[in-house]
Amino acid sequence: MTAAMIDRKHIGLSLEPLTVTVEKGRLRFFAKATGQDDPVYTDEAAARAAGYPSLPAPPTFLFSLGFEKPDPFELLHVMDVDLARVLHGEQSFVYHKPVCAGDVVTLKSTVTDIYDKKDGALEFIVQKTDVTNEAGALVAELQQVVVVRN
Amino acid sequence: MNGLRFEAVNVGDKLPVLRTAPISRTTLALFAGASGDHNPIHIDIDFARSAGMEDVFAHGMLSMAYLGRLLTGWVPQTALRRFDTRFVAITQLRERIVCTGTVAQKYEEDGEKRVRLAVEAANEAGEVKLAGEAVVALP
Repeated sequence: MTAAMIDRKHIGLSLEPLTVTVEKGRLRFFAKATGQDDPVYTDEAAARAAGYPSLPAPPTFLFSLGFEKPDPFELLHVMDVDLARVLHGEQSFVYHKPVCAGDVVTLKSTVTDIYDKKDGALEFIVQKTDVTNEAGALVAELQQVVVVRN
Repeated sequence: MNGLRFEAVNVGDKLPVLRTAPISRTTLALFAGASGDHNPIHIDIDFARSAGMEDVFAHGMLSMAYLGRLLTGWVPQTALRRFDTRFVAITQLRERIVCTGTVAQKYEEDGEKRVRLAVEAANEAGEVKLAGEAVVALP
């Protein structure tokens, strides 16, 4: 084992919330990058015909909004974890309300657990993110497990 | 896709398979930009080698987005209640991702008729990259 273990004091850590606008151009770019050819995700007329006020954010898009932070890897920096040693282990989404272009959402993340396996060779950081809209309603809950290879 | 009803769905039913184009360096560059995940391990071979990898490799969230397409190709996105995956193996350059889904359970929850799906993203040889579940509500 070459790296120090992550300090468990970080369990419970909440980072500064991020408030961000869901942008149409970004959604179209995401559709292109993921091979999405359903016009609902790129054409506003198709989105409205499907009942959305504007282009909907696709199922995994909210994860991407977290990278809008000034330091997208802030958590790893706070914990002194090298980006080169991390892998994405698990990701989950719970959906409460649709999110569409033009919506302003707030992401609030908390570290809910840090644990290790294989005598510390692998460490796991669990982060839960609540996403709320301008009205303060919970629109989605994300959970991410990051694996650190020590 | 619209008009799918709970009664018409049976445990064991398969979703239409989604096969992607081979993942290229361009795919990863575009996804890095669009997703905002600029981690150089996915786009910079020098960084990847310094981290002990032979080459850059795909973002797990790229394949999860492909699985998302599998789901929204089957039901409107407003039907989606949950979506979970585990990233089981790294996806390498030039692999095509094959997304599959199977109806695992039909049940009622929160006053809705819901279907639990087992979903998987694998390469063409059948090596599983992502394994997970989704829950959709059907009329």
